Order: sequence, then structure tokens, then C-alpha cells
Amino acid sequence: MNSQTRIFSGLTTYALLYLVFLYLPVMLLPLFSFNDGTIIAFPIQGFTLKWYAQLGEQTKMLESLFNSLIVGSVAALVSTALGLFAARAYVRYTFRGRELSEGLVMLPLVIPGIIVASSMLVLFISIGLQPSLTTVILGHVFIALPFAVSIMKSAFDDFDQSLEEAAFDLGENVIGTFRRVTLPIVSPGIVSSLLVTFTVSFDEFVLAFFLSGSEPTLPVYIWSQIRFPAKLPNTLALGALLLGFSILLLLVAEYFRRRSSKAAVGT
Amino acid sequence: MQLRTEASKGMALSAPASLYVGLLVAAPLGILVVYSFWTQSYVDINRTPTWANYQEAIDDPLVRFLMLRSIAIAGCVTIATVLLAYPIAYYIAFRTQKKTLWLLLITIPFWSSYLLRVFSWKLILGFNGVLNSALLSLGLISEPLTFLLYNEFAVVLTLAHAWAPFAILPIYVSLQKIDRSLLEAATDLGAGKIESFIRVTLPLTMPGIVAASLIIFIPTVGDYVTPSLVGGSDGKMIANLIQVQFGAANNWPLGATLSLIAMLSVGFVSIVFVLVMRGVGERIR
Repeated sequence: MNSQTRIFSGLTTYALLYLVFLYLPVMLLPLFSFNDGTIIAFPIQGFTLKWYAQLGEQTKMLESLFNSLIVGSVAALVSTALGLFAARAYVRYTFRGRELSEGLVMLPLVIPGIIVASSMLVLFISIGLQPSLTTVILGHVFIALPFAVSIMKSAFDDFDQSLEEAAFDLGENVIGTFRRVTLPIVSPGIVSSLLVTFTVSFDEFVLAFFLSGSEPTLPVYIWSQIRFPAKLPNTLALGALLLGFSILLLLVAEYFRRRSSKAAVGT
Repeated sequence: MQLRTEASKGMALSAPASLYVGLLVAAPLGILVVYSFWTQSYVDINRTPTWANYQEAIDDPLVRFLMLRSIAIAGCVTIATVLLAYPIAYYIAFRTQKKTLWLLLITIPFWSSYLLRVFSWKLILGFNGVLNSALLSLGLISEPLTFLLYNEFAVVLTLAHAWAPFAILPIYVSLQKIDRSLLEAATDLGAGKIESFIRVTLPLTMPGIVAASLIIFIPTVGDYVTPSLVGGSDGKMIANLIQVQFGAANNWPLGATLSLIAMLSVGFVSIVFVLVMRGVGERIR
């Protein structure tokens, strides 16, 4: 018994240390973004908010933030719509080529980013599509789709088929049933998918780096700033804000995802 | 149009997504193949088909070196990430009641920008960085450690951090699936803790380990951000060379060739890995 407790506490210690390792780089940006000094090292000089205050004056950053918001919103909407229909098909119907199709939509997860980025750049240029926010959106829908499909699949997994049949029996047509029965029940899943795919797009760098041309997204802008030590504190402040924002979105998405499973169990 | 059968409904609903991915995989790759047989002459592209790029890529020792190093680094990253992650997955599956909380805690950092996390490691590991300054002010070292940043170690550490949830989740799922009565049976039949782990738990989690390894290994070979930020000149990888061809060097045909070679190499190594792991899995049992 004694040895068992010892193993238990050993593993627990390891798990806690691992959490420190996971959170160390994430906590660092906010910590030093309040530091009153341009060198990122201990000891911390003092508390300041000036790095945050300066962010508002940087028009290029605000432009790239705006670009990222556009790209993220459109990519989230398109990938969630595609994912919604595909997931519905995978969960509800059996058809030839289903497994192939399910495998195919997961493919973007396992192709190295640099290959996706370089090959898409060559394709878009070849068909006369100049690098712009449009090409970034096309690329981001591609990499966000696996996330949308898996979230929507789990939303439909918990969905009780007999509800739709009841709606049909009561005289509702296909579109009416989808709008009034299916959609409300899976809507928490949709919200969760929108938030997650938005975050995927919002944080994505390599594809945007290749495909954005003269319209940088926020990560591309940050990349251009990383090289300048004088800009470091501002970059940290921006990074800390983004971190907080991404984590907030994830927590909201998680809340909706759970609500969707709960709603389905409740019925 | 009335869709009659269930099957055609399923196909119609899933078609947009699979067509989108299918087209954006096939078309770019097709064009990449075409480009790889063209050559760059100053600002123009010479469209006479030739093997010249492949010849150049094979003859150039730098390409071979970077390709092998990318695969070696990706291999180290995969091993390090899986080894570090396995005990955590085990802990969550068997030793804690708060599974959901732990899974959430592990995925939260992953949702912050990858670029910023890598950047943060650069700040931690630097000569005048966070770690060195902390150790100095604690009096644990008398001068800054120089082996931390701008080498393979920094790349492996940073990526082992970035990929953590991708290793933990598949392994956790495979651990969770294990029928607990099998472990009891092993104990009843006289197997010790270590023996029952090696002969029951480990083989049963092999699918999770293989999935985690592939999910980490394949994208890592083509990683651009981490080698650029923390790799220095000793940690450059093939993606950096590919980016140069599409950027400063402006030699797209060679860039296309390198992308294709990288993809084929990754595919080849992955297939060998899966076959080897299958063999190992059978051997243990």
C-alpha cells in the first residue's frame, strides 16, 4: 500500500510540473507586458500600462487586426456551413464513399503547413488570383474545416432522430423541419464551431504569410514586428491581449459545446 | 430536384466539404508537380519540361542535409512529446477523478497563437532572457547559459510544448478504452505492475501512440516558425529553404520541387513507421 501511495504522488507531482511547463510561455507574455522596461528579463522593473496605451496609435496594427477579423469571420462562417452539412451526412446517412469523404475532410490536419501554403500560392497565382484577403480566406476555410466537421459531428451524434420524424409526421416539410427542429437543437454546436474555427483562422500564420500579399493579417503583422527589439514591449502587450481573447473564445465555445450535449441528453 | 434515396442525400450533403478539400489538395499539388518540371530563368519561367530541379535538389548537399535534419528533428520532437505526454495521459485516465478539468487545462494553452508561444520560448531561452536572468538573480549560475537558444535543443523543446495536447489526447483516448478487467486479470495471473503495464497497457495504447506520433511528426517536418525564431543557424529546417525559394530567391520551380520532395519523404517515413510499429505491437504480445 505504501508503495502505491508513493507512485501516486510521484505521478501527481509530474502532472503538476507538466502544467507549469505548459503554462510558462503562456503566462510570460502578460507578465512582462506590464513591465516598465524594454528588456525582457528578471528582475521586473515596475508596473506600467503604457505599452497597452501605445497600441491604439498604431494604425498598421489596427488595419491588420481589422483584416484578421474579416478573414476569421468569413472563414468561420464558410467552414462551419460546410462542416454542418458534411457532419449531418456522416452521422445520419450511410452512403458509398462515406469513409473516404470523412478521411478526406480531415486531411488538412496532417499536411505540413509550408506545403499547403506554397502549393496554394502557386495555384492561386496560376489561375490569376492575386494574393489578398480572399486567398487567405480560401486557405483558412481549408485548415478550419476538420475542426468544424468534428465539432458538428459530435453535435449530431447526440441528436435524437425521432424528433425529426415527429416533425415530418406533424406535416412539416424538409426545410421547415431543419429550421424549426434540427437547427435549434444543434445550435450550441454551431456556435462552438464558429468560435473554434474563428480562433484557428485568427491565430494562423504560415498560410497568411504566403497568401496575404499586401494585406497582412494580425499574425503576419506581429511577425514583422518581432525583429525589432524596440517594439518588443508593444508586441508583448498585443500578444497578451490576443492570448486573453483566444482563451475567452475557447471557454465560451466549450460552454456551448457542453450545453449542446446536455440539451441532447435532456430530451 | 427531389433526392430520393438516403445514400444520395448523404452524398449531396457531404459533397461541398469533400469537394472543397479534394480540390484544394489535388489542384495545388497538380500545379506543384507541373512547376517542378519548369525552370526559373531570371524573372521568367521557362516552360520546357526538364528534370533539372530534381537533379539540383538531389545534387545539392544543403538540400539533403536540411531534409535529413528536418526528419531527425521531427523524430526527436515526436519521441520527446510522446514520452513527456504519456504519463500525463495515464494520470488523467487512471489517477484522477477530475478528468474534464485536466483535459481543459491541457488544451487551453494550445488555443493561444502558435506564433506567440514560440516567440515566448525565444524570450525565455535567450542569452539575456527570462530563464538566465531568473537563475542569475537566484544565484544558481554565475554567467548566462548559452546552450539554450538557437540550436536543435530549443527547436525540440518548443515543439514538444506546442504539440503537447496532440499527444496527450489520442493516448488518453486509447487508455480510456482499455477494459479494466484485463488489468485485473493480469494482476490475478501474477503479473507485477511493470509487467502488466508492458504486456497489457502499452500494447493496447499502441494505436493512440501511433496516431499521436503521426499527427506530430508530419506537420513538424514542414514547420517554419519554430526553426526561424529559436533554431538559429544550427536549427534551420527544410521549410526555411522552401520559403526562401518562394520569397527572396524567387525560384518557384525549385521551391515546388522541394515541397514535393519534402512531402514524399514525410510520406515514406510515416509509412515505414506505421509498419514498424505494427511489427513491434505484435512482438510484445
